[in-house]
Amino acid sequence: MSNITNSLYDIGLLDDLARKKTFIHRIHPVMKLLTTIVYIVVLTSFEKHEVSAVLPFVFYPVFIISFAEIPVVPVLKRVLLVQPLIIGIGILNPLFDTYIVMLGNIAISRGWLTFLSILIKSSLVVMVSILLVATTGMDRVAVALRMLKIPKVFVLQLLLMYRYIWLLIEEGFRMAQAYSLRAPGQKGIKMNDLGSFLGQMLLRAFDRAQRVYQAMNLRGFTGEYNAGDVLKVRFRDVLYFVAWSLFFVIARIYNIAALIGALFTGVGR
Amino acid sequence: MHMADALISPAVGGTMLAVTAGVTAYSAKKVQNDMDESKIPLMGVMGAFVFTAQMINFSIPGTGSSGHLGGGMLLAILLGPYAGFLTMASILLIQALFFGDGGLLAYGCNVFNLGFYTCFVAYPFIYKKFVRKGINPRNIFAGSMVSSVVGLQLGAFSVVVETLLSGKTELPFGQFLLFMLPIHLAIGVIEGLATAAIVTFIWKARPEILERAVVGETLRGVPIKKVMVGLAVVTVIVGGLLSWFASANPDGLEWSIERVAGTAELESASGIHRIFSEIQNRVAFLPDYGFKTVEDDTAGQPVEEDESSWPSVDAGTSVSGIVGGAITLVLAVILGWIINVSRKRKSKATKAVA
Repeated sequence: MSNITNSLYDIGLLDDLARKKTFIHRIHPVMKLLTTIVYIVVLTSFEKHEVSAVLPFVFYPVFIISFAEIPVVPVLKRVLLVQPLIIGIGILNPLFDTYIVMLGNIAISRGWLTFLSILIKSSLVVMVSILLVATTGMDRVAVALRMLKIPKVFVLQLLLMYRYIWLLIEEGFRMAQAYSLRAPGQKGIKMNDLGSFLGQMLLRAFDRAQRVYQAMNLRGFTGEYNAGDVLKVRFRDVLYFVAWSLFFVIARIYNIAALIGALFTGVGR
Repeated sequence: MHMADALISPAVGGTMLAVTAGVTAYSAKKVQNDMDESKIPLMGVMGAFVFTAQMINFSIPGTGSSGHLGGGMLLAILLGPYAGFLTMASILLIQALFFGDGGLLAYGCNVFNLGFYTCFVAYPFIYKKFVRKGINPRNIFAGSMVSSVVGLQLGAFSVVVETLLSGKTELPFGQFLLFMLPIHLAIGVIEGLATAAIVTFIWKARPEILERAVVGETLRGVPIKKVMVGLAVVTVIVGGLLSWFASANPDGLEWSIERVAGTAELESASGIHRIFSEIQNRVAFLPDYGFKTVEDDTAGQPVEEDESSWPSVDAGTSVSGIVGGAITLVLAVILGWIINVSRKRKSKATKAVA
């Protein structure tokens, strides 16, 4: 049950953060979305054993967290929560790939390197997705999607869904709480009760959708979503996108970390 | 069953995104053509419902464990395949953006695995066959059960194929499959039970909802055959291009830079390396560390077997990789710290002025 309240808190937190007004927040949502996509594509295009070359990609999330005034701990917590899934699959790499490679004087199984690489990459990727919403907000993400020609129906119901998650989670939480108070010491809801429990919730959701639709009609809904101000792409938005993309591509081609290392250890070149 | 970005290659992710975009566009067109726009709030609220239902655990009889609803089949049954698919796609987008469950690159894969098979395979070819003879609890139960199991098995199979095509893990195909399919068989049975329970309840309480959903998805407008052919073509082109781009050249991005710049010389590695070695001569603070001898001792030594696919790991660059990586991380943290401090100072200053 804490699950439910936690996710409400998470969504609420990101919503609040998205209302800040730093220069990162003001960058055009389309450019931020594209930058995030370039970041993810470049990062995931690395060879599976690459570790040091991936590290310069830390700069992008650090940059956003710092300039957009995003608290680090909740974001890291979110990232850690997703890790078990990745670890579950990645941990098998050391089992299947036991070929030994040498790092200096240390012998290490190749599987551990690929595992480490996956772990770093997945953390960074999850982080930038969360940072995108935390600095943009769902409404503006939707504007970006519309500008990228994603179908209107999809974007519209995405936004409605996002709005109603709040109400339905609260309703679901109340119902689940009421149920658990009448069923002490029981884990979850009994299979026999499941149909009527979720079914009732579903009927309420249906009726709510009906009322919402009627209310929308009364306010002149024509199947169009108006996002408010039309955002223009300014030069600095494009610059932000181009500069970061350039950095990602350079960091992809040259192992910046190894170059820095070579600089200080005097080895390799 | 959400796939993560880190376990997927851009070629596979890109292909699946293109395919999913195609199915989404088609579904959106169908929803716009065939249905009244009252479906839009219904889809939104239903998406929120499934989102909530996924968090409510129920106990699985006979075992000590609990499970939750996935919702793909339920959405298809209650909204019809097109609206159901779009709703599933939004749920997955919100999960990816807000919770990091599945990523943006893997988004196409996830929508396809969880939405396409349930809405466009299991629903029309299995569930509808069962309830065609009449909607009653027995048919609903059988239809929900079989379609949920098949939908999830197809999805799990697809996860295995997509993961292996991406080549990020070392899992052998057979073992991965043997691991995924039985687990998803169990999950499918539970999903079937839950879906059947909810649909039966709805049918008893408000049968018109189910009837409306069945009526509301006649095939008008764009013929499905055309779409399927289009999808196949897109898959082959995008997948072929991307994988050729990734594999024919040792480094796709490098290659593309060469193409854009018109010459390989411009980006030639020796240039930056020469500059670096010059700077390095002046800056290196660990010049006599003696990694070079270590490198000479170990680099040429084949430890177990020789695999050409594995790039030669030489100790010297590995060590500089480790040192450089550490320095990179420290730099990043310092950067963040400096920005933070200067920002706080600034806001203090403005407060003082105010």
